[in-house]
Order: sequence, then structure tokens, then C-alpha cells
Amino acid sequence: MKKTFAHSMILTLLILFMVYPAVADNKAPQKGETLPAFNLPIPKTSAEKAYLGLSGEGVFKIPQIKAKVVIVEIYSMYCPFCQKDAPGINELYHLIEKTPGLKNKMKIIGIGAGNTPFEVDTFKKTYQVPFPLFPDKDFTIHKACGEVRTPYFIVVKINDDGSHRIVHSQLGDYPGPEPFLDLVLKASELK
Amino acid sequence: MQTKKCIHWIGLVGLLSVLPFCQTAFATSDAFKENIYKGETLKPVDSKLMVNVGSQAPDFTLPSVAGGKMTLSRYRGGKNVVLSFVPAAWTPVCSDQWPGYNIIKGIFEQNDAILFGITVDNIPTLFAWTNQMGKLWFPVLSDFWPHGAVAKKFGVLRSDGVTERALFVIDKKGIIRYIDVHDINKRPPLEDLVGALEKLGK
Repeated sequence: MKKTFAHSMILTLLILFMVYPAVADNKAPQKGETLPAFNLPIPKTSAEKAYLGLSGEGVFKIPQIKAKVVIVEIYSMYCPFCQKDAPGINELYHLIEKTPGLKNKMKIIGIGAGNTPFEVDTFKKTYQVPFPLFPDKDFTIHKACGEVRTPYFIVVKINDDGSHRIVHSQLGDYPGPEPFLDLVLKASELK
Repeated sequence: MQTKKCIHWIGLVGLLSVLPFCQTAFATSDAFKENIYKGETLKPVDSKLMVNVGSQAPDFTLPSVAGGKMTLSRYRGGKNVVLSFVPAAWTPVCSDQWPGYNIIKGIFEQNDAILFGITVDNIPTLFAWTNQMGKLWFPVLSDFWPHGAVAKKFGVLRSDGVTERALFVIDKKGIIRYIDVHDINKRPPLEDLVGALEKLGK
């Protein structure tokens, strides 16, 4: 009987642990904080692996990206503003890539809130997105990020010791590639 | 001993029963600002289908937000037609569905298909709501009056007067080839609809 009790307790705790992230009142990532804990799959293509400085298979955490600053856009294929901003975010990528002092220091990734891999791929093809996009099919990351409206931008500064800090976050209001890059440079104090 | 075992299981079942009431996940676009009504998780399906895959689609004529009226049978012999019923304007998952279809006009064209978006809201409500989505390439139709009459013909009118979140793919002969009466709380994955469209030509 003790065994049964122990089993049901363990099972109950496991379920609570599973349910908790769905009901927890997470808040949107803010400046000064660290990122909520979540993993992303290591990209399959060698070009995307090279861009992020990752290798092998499995999962990674954003601070493992080989960069000083990572711009994370939480978006959705179904979001009109994300669609409207897509060409401008692509321009930001090209602006960074063609600036020698920034090319290897600043990276962009997108996380498709509630988007399946097919939906992420559709968005990538439609807007010819040149940087890696990751599906968040079950809204796991979106929930961890306080169910923010989209697009939501998070600028993460990664220190040499592997620690990281959010230096800027904003809901929508993408001002275009140059002003946004200025904002990121100021916030991250990247020289 | 049996009683205690039973209590454990009752506790477990009780806990599991909480799961369906966890708020449905959705990502609202900032395009709608704070104007999206956040309701509770609803009964996944609350109607009984009146049509089947393989049956002739019931014909209808409905007013369009862009003006004029659209008649389904007009497309017979010409185009495949996708009907996308969504429950209501200004609700989370619905506001999140048609903007996605708006960027895949090419997929519809490749499959010689057109799309009708349908809700039971009236034209002015649909006008204000769909304006937030950018310019839609497909007609949005109002099944407002007689209330939900078309949805009723297809068997997707719920008991509270809104429709199911349902997709119908109708071929050029007017035959229904695909039905997805989806859980109202969730957005249908795009790949399922695209898969159904791609099957039409085979």
C-alpha cells in the first residue's frame, strides 16, 4: 500500500510539474533579467549552424550562440505586424552582415509562437528570411515568455564567461533597420 | 486498502480534470492591440455535421464585406473552393487564422482554389475586424442573417450561435473532399489544409 501511495504521489507531482508551466503567470522578459529557461533545436542546415556557431545535433540555449548580442524576435506566421515587419528585419540582418565589426558579434533568430515547422517554413519561404527561425508549436516558449503579443523583440547580451542579460525588450513598434540597430548598439554597449 | 487506493486515484483524476481548463494557448498579434476578447476555453465541438466527405456541398449566397454577394455554385466547373468558418470576430484564435491564409495566396493558386472566410458576425463588425489584418486577398462573407443559416446547412452552428472553427474543401464539381471541424480553441495546422488542397489534383 505504501508503494501505491508513493507511486501516486510521484505521479501527482510529475503532473503538477507538467501543468505548472501552462498555468504559471509568467511575465514578459524585461531589461536586466535573464532569459526564461528554454531550449531550441540545433538547426539542421550547415549554413544555419555556421551562422550561430553551433555544431552537432540536439538542443541549445540562446547564450550558447557564438555572438556578443542576439536579437530574438517572437513572431507568428499568422501575425499581420510580423508579416509587415519581415522585410525590414531581413534588412537588419543584411545590415549587420555587411558591417565587418558586427558580422560575427550580432545574430538574429526568430521563434514562431504556436507555429508548426511547416508554418515556420512557409513564413521563411514567403519572406525569404535569411536568419534561423524556430517553431514553438505548443506555445511552450511563448508561455515561458509571458504570452507576449507579437512581434516581441528581446536583445540579449552574452558575456565572455557565458552568462547573459536582457539589455532591451519591446513589443512591436519596429522602427526600421538603422534605428533599431542604433538602439541595439546603445543598449548592448557593443563597440 | 482498496478505499485508500481509490482515494489516490480520485485525487489523480481530479488533478487531471483541471487540465482542460488551463487557458488555451494563442499568440495575439500586436496589430489588434488590446482589442481581442479573451474568453474561456470552450467545448471543442458543439454541433453535428450535416454533410460528409463525398457529398454535394449545399449551395449558398452570402453578402461580402467588400460589397456584393457571393454564390458558391458560381465556381462549379471553375475553381476549387475552401470555406473557412471561424467562430467570431475579435476573438483570439480567429484573429490569428486568416492573416496566415493571407500570405499563402500562391498555394491556393497553385491548387486552382479560392478561399471564402465566413463568420456569423454582421458586415460592419467584419469590416472593422478584418481591417486590422491588412488587405485580405479573399472574400469575407457574413452569415449574420438569417443567423448562421449557412453554418446550419453544413452542421457547424454551435448551440450558442457562433460557428465551429471548420474548414471545408470543395472540388470543382461541388463535392466536399475534406472536412476539418477543429477544436474551437485551437488553430488548424496549415499543413493539413495544404495537404488536402494538394490531394485535389491527384
